[in-house]
Order: sequence, then structure tokens, then C-alpha cells
Amino acid sequence: MTNLRKSARDYVTRDRLGEWLRTYAIVVILLGLIVILAALTGGRFLGGQNLINIVRQVSVIAILAIGMTVVIITTGIDLSVGSIVALSAVVATSLAQAPDATNLMYPGLSLPIFVAIGAGLLVGAAAGFTNGFLIAKFRIAPFIATLGMMTAARGLALIYSDGRPISKLSPEFNFIGQGAILGIPVPIILLVLVAIGARMLLNNTRFGRHVYALGGNEQAARVSGINVSRVKIGIYTFSGLLAGLGGMIVAARIGSGNPQLGTGSELDAITAAVIGGTSFSGGIGTVWGTIIGALIIGSLNTGLDLLNVSPFTQQVVKGVIIVLAIIIDERKNRGA
Amino acid sequence: MAVDYILRMEGISKSFPGVRALDDVHFDVRAGTVHALMGENGAGKSTLMKILIGIYQPDTGTITLGGERVQISDTATALRLGISMIHQELSPVPEMAVAENIYLGREPRNRLGLIDKKRMTADTRALLGKLDLHINPRWPMKRLSVAQTQMVEIAKAISYDSRLIIMDEPTSAIPDREVDHLHRMITSLRESGVAIIYITHKLDEVFKISDDVTVLRDGKHVTTVPAADLDRQGLVRTMVGRELTQMFPKEEASIGEVAMSVNGLTRRGVIEDITFDLRRGEILGLAGLMGAGRTEVLEAIFGITPLDAGTIEIDGKSRRIRSPGDAIHLGLALLTEDRKRTGIMGVLSVRDNMSVASLPRFSPGGLLQLRRIDKACEAQRKALAIKTPSLHQLIKMLSGGNQQKVLVSRWLLTAPEILMIDEPTRGIDVGAKAEIHRLISQLAGQGKAILMVSSEMPEILGMSDRVLVMCEGRLTGEFSRADATQERIMHAATATAAVA
Repeated sequence: MTNLRKSARDYVTRDRLGEWLRTYAIVVILLGLIVILAALTGGRFLGGQNLINIVRQVSVIAILAIGMTVVIITTGIDLSVGSIVALSAVVATSLAQAPDATNLMYPGLSLPIFVAIGAGLLVGAAAGFTNGFLIAKFRIAPFIATLGMMTAARGLALIYSDGRPISKLSPEFNFIGQGAILGIPVPIILLVLVAIGARMLLNNTRFGRHVYALGGNEQAARVSGINVSRVKIGIYTFSGLLAGLGGMIVAARIGSGNPQLGTGSELDAITAAVIGGTSFSGGIGTVWGTIIGALIIGSLNTGLDLLNVSPFTQQVVKGVIIVLAIIIDERKNRGA
Repeated sequence: MAVDYILRMEGISKSFPGVRALDDVHFDVRAGTVHALMGENGAGKSTLMKILIGIYQPDTGTITLGGERVQISDTATALRLGISMIHQELSPVPEMAVAENIYLGREPRNRLGLIDKKRMTADTRALLGKLDLHINPRWPMKRLSVAQTQMVEIAKAISYDSRLIIMDEPTSAIPDREVDHLHRMITSLRESGVAIIYITHKLDEVFKISDDVTVLRDGKHVTTVPAADLDRQGLVRTMVGRELTQMFPKEEASIGEVAMSVNGLTRRGVIEDITFDLRRGEILGLAGLMGAGRTEVLEAIFGITPLDAGTIEIDGKSRRIRSPGDAIHLGLALLTEDRKRTGIMGVLSVRDNMSVASLPRFSPGGLLQLRRIDKACEAQRKALAIKTPSLHQLIKMLSGGNQQKVLVSRWLLTAPEILMIDEPTRGIDVGAKAEIHRLISQLAGQGKAILMVSSEMPEILGMSDRVLVMCEGRLTGEFSRADATQERIMHAATATAAVA
């Protein structure tokens, strides 16, 4: 018995480095990537505002990816976030146009900024709630339900805006995407707030434990007294809400609400979550990992741009990296 | 010595993170014998067998098969060398036919390169006939019972011309009648020269069918002896390394008020007019054959499946239980039968598995009190002596017995007054089994009401204050502890048409 315990302890000591590397593989990859890109660009990658630019550029994807992470932990998927970005963007911007805009949607109407923001968030949450309701109550596969929402929400955004961008926004609204507080761009501040909030939601609330439990074993979760429908509705609503926020940040950054915004961002969000270690088999995923995943994508985009790699080649590189991330993840889970 | 060994495993060691699973283990199997491999869960039986079929590679040691040194690098190699394993948890393709399952991946082809279904079906029929199995090769696997599925797996092993077949607790989920059939099959296999390694927790089986017995304990080889040289007590002592005076440590508990009263519970086609009272301090056994509707009664009470008729009273008050959440709120707990399917959340930690049903207690306003949760889980770990390096270990890394203890803890943390436990000791070793029995007995002693479904007759007879028997969805018998005998229970359990 003593022998057994002793040898077990030896093993742990010997394996600690390996264990650490497996846990933080993703961080090591990000740091390695930064070092390589810095070397290849002769330091330009680290220079000036570049790093902060990377974070700003990925902030919207990272916010969407945090919602996606929560959904994927439960073995779900949300394909509708890109379209919800557009719907929220056109609704919010239509309520936040500057009074001197030429194509005012609601002439004579002047609302406080928080009404526009509230409307954007509400639209996102409502679309997400609908997803969750369809999935939980009608037992529709998440892939199908959110595929339907992806198509329908894009259509609604086009109808609402009549297919044209809604431009000339009030400076207060643009502040969400273009402003800075103490030199830190607002989108980054929002990302940090969302990340802290989501981390607390997952780690410190009953709802968060239920999310992991549901992903770990849905039937066991149900027997354990978890209201599975309520949790599902909750997570899709959360994902929709974050997509609503993301839509407003993008619109504010470019200063117009375009119904074509967010096309394809659901895939970027899924990519970030997956590179960050979220498992499609459920029960595994962290906010922290997903943010690193988004940063890896951002570093690659910027780094490859700096190296003058063609956008076509960039796509191939990203594709390879997604698959590599999954292979590493698979090995990590098997070795554990 | 001219002993003819089909298999010799020598000096086998294997370590996993945090555990030395096997330590210099020797394991020899004589040709044409049934060799029982015994030991508590976590003793190293599964690891040793996984090495033999190429799922794991040993850190050290050699394997000799039929006199030749072999390297078993994967399961395909094991199959080619004539080694098959019938796993405890079977994994057939449920939608595919019996024949297609047996010949999966090596289907006979016709001249056009397409699958020759006719030949496949005919070959399967011949194979099943040889084993005296009356199963239509064209049936989808999902139509078969667990026992039949098991036997099809054995047929598949034979079809690979295996000379060594490993069976991992083949009888843990099948009724007695079919156990006899399986044992006959094993005997005839042995006569045809096939060696069988038989892993089981049921001691009776060991004495009934095996020639030799090897016992492992804590990853080490303890002994290999002819089964004839052992008795029950001696075998148990060797396995746990201590004397187990009482397998069923039933304590006397004073039986009190009615805690739950079930009246006319009906779910059409599944359970019919189930009526009984359950008292505080009482262990009420629910016996019956596979498929008699026992699990379904528990699920209906617990709000998992809806009722067509019937009422449930808890502490004298009529209650509607629409979901497990309602049930837990009313002080009920349900330890389910199928640990993997409805019990553990494999990729979550021991702590998260343990606390999942009692979170409302630890999260006023929805916010988790993590320190209180850790403390409560740690107390459970100590109280139930759960073997895990830490509460953060993933539950899937634990042995079956320890997983079961975590699940028991999950329900104890909800502070239940009424515990419904479904096959509480299925597939776990004798040591853990006795611990769980002691715990159940203690809980009854504390005045909890316990409703226990079990297919193991000794468990039902040894633990219950009163026994209810079900057959085809109805209650067909009720016996006090003094009146309950194996014969009476079996009679009631097969009383199909007698009650109408």
C-alpha cells in the first residue's frame, strides 16, 4: 500500500511539466505564434499600436465566441449569431441616427442613446430566446433551429433597412465602436466586461454548473433535478444577447448599420471557441480559452497581413490551424 | 511439468498518471480451461485485459501466446492472434441486423465486390445454430435482449476462430435463466479447446464454471489456484485482503410512520395499478425479472415519466410530482440503475458530479458558495472513503465502485428522506458492495425510507425488511423479511397469468 502511494506520487511529480503543458498548450501556442510573427516581421508585429489593434479587431468575434462557447458546452451550436449581429445593428442604428442625417428612418424622433442600445440588446435576446424555445420545447436539433434563424434574421434585417445601410449615426452611438476610455478602446473594455461576466456566470452561479452538467450528460442532468429546457432557453438567449451587443459594436465602428454585417462571423466564433479548447462532445470549455482562441485568430490575420501573405493563402493557413487545434485537443483528452 | 499454457503474461507493469495500475503481474492460462480473474474494482483486471487485447501497451513485461512471444500493438492484432474480448458494456450497431453486426468490417463479397447478404445470413444462421441460439440473423440488434446481445457477441468471437475469449462480467445484466444458457455455452466452448478468461463479481459462478482462479489486488498478483481448492470465505478474504464477516450488514432499525404512500400508479402498457406504503426506517425490496417494470415505477414516482393514473402521498399529503426537481424538493432521491447513461457526467470532476443535485442548497440567489460545496464534498469523500486523488479528478478516471459512491454522495447531499435505489451494487466489487450495503442499512437506521430495486436475490433477501415482487408491470407478491425466500419470490416473479 505504502509502495503504491509512493510510486503514485513519483509519477505525479514526473508528469507535472507534461500536465502543465497540456493545460496551457493553447497559451504556449499563442506566445509561440507572437514570437514567430515578431521575428518574421522584424519586430513590427509588436510595434506601436499593433497589439492593441489586434485585440480591438477580434473583440466582436471574441464576444460572439463567448456566447458560442456556452452553447457548445451543452453540445449545441448557434449558427444564427452572424445574422443577429445584422438585425441588432440595423434596429439599433435606426434609433440612433444623427438629427441631420439625410435618410432618417424616423424623422423628428430623437431618443436617448440607451433606448437604441436597449433595443439592439433586446432584439438579440429575443432572437436567441426563440432559438432556445424551438430547441427546448419542440426538440429541434440546434443546428437546424439556428440555421432557420440565420436565414430569417438576415431577411428581417434586409426588410427593416430596405436593404440599405443606415448611416450618419449620433456621436454617442459611434462611441461604442470608436471611442476610448483612458486610452483603451471601448470595444476592448466591453469584451473584458463580457468575459468577466461570462466567467462568473459559468463558474460562480448555479446556472453555470447546470450548463456543464447538461453538456456532461443530459439524461443524468435531468434526473438530478435540472430543468433542462430552462437551461437551453437560457444559453441561446445569452448567445443572442451577446450577438446583439456585437452587432452594435460593429455598426458603431464603421458608423453605419448595414444589413450585410456579420456575414460568416458565426464560423469565426465557432473557430475561436474550438481553438480555445471547447469540446463539441460537451461539458468542456472556458471563457479564458476562447479569448485566447480569438487572439490566435487575430494575431494570424494581422501577422499574415504584415507579411504580405495573400488573403487566399490566409484562408488555407486558418483552415489548417483549426484542424490542428482539434487534433491537439483530441490527444489532450485521450491522454488525460 | 508438461502443463500446456495457451497464454503466459509475465512481469507486466503499467502506470497511469497518479496510479500504478499493474505491478509485475504474472498471469498464465492453461489451454482449454475456464480461468476466473478476480479482484476488487481497481485491482487491475481491466487494465490487464486491455493490455492483452492491445488497447494498452505494458510499460514492462512479455506476453507468450501458444508458446510464441507476441507483441499486441492493437485490437486488430489481438483478433488475428485469436484473442477476443466480450466487453461488459456491449456496443452493437442497434439498427443493423444480427448478421451484419457479426460480420461488421469483413462482410463476405460476391463477384461484383458487393456484400453477399445471402451468404452472410446463411453463415450466421449456421453459427447461431451451433450455439443453440434461436435468433433470426435478419433481426436488427435492437430487438434482442441484453442476454441475446451478449450471446451474439460470443458468436462473433467464435466466428473469428478465437482460441482465447475474455468475458468481462457477462452475467451482470442478464436474468438467471439465461445465465444457465450462457454457462452451458461456455462449457461447450471449453470442450472444443477454447480457453476462457472470465471476469465476474459473482462468487457462485466462479465455483460453478471455472477451473482455475487468479486473484489480483491493488495491481499485484496475489494467487493462482485450482477453483476446487478454494471456498467462498477464502476467496473473498484473498480478494479484499481481510475477512468480510458480513456481506449484508443489516442493522435493526425501528420502523416508523408511512413516509410515502403510492396508490394505483399506472402508466399504460408499462405499469399497472401499483399500490404500496413505504415507512421510515424501512428497506423495501422490489424484486422481479428484467423488464417487469420495477425501474419504471421508480421513474414514474420521481417525475421522469408521466403517469396515466394514480396518486402519491408524501408524509400524508397528496403531491403532484411533475419533474425530478419537484421530487428532490419533496425529499426524494433516485440512484439510477445505469451509471453511465443516467448517472455520471464523465468529463466533469468528482466535485461537480457530487454536488449537481444539491446546488439549490448551496446557491442562495443563484450564486454558488464554492467553499461550502468543497467542504460538503470533502466530508462525503471521507465518510464514504471514496478513492480519488482529489475532488478535481474527472469522474471517468475512477473505478466503478468509486463512481457509484460519488453518485450515492450526490443524493445524500440533497438530504433526502426517501431514497429510491436501483441496482445499487451492479458491477461493483465485493468490498465496495459491502460498504454500500452498510451505508444503506445505516441510512435506514437514521429513519430514512428506502425503496430498493435489485436483481440479485441475496441482496434482496439480505437487505430488505419487506419484499414486493413485480411481474409484467403488476405487483404479484409481498413478503415480510421472515417469509421471503428465493423460491417464493421467483414464483411471484413468474406469476404472469395467475393474477388477473
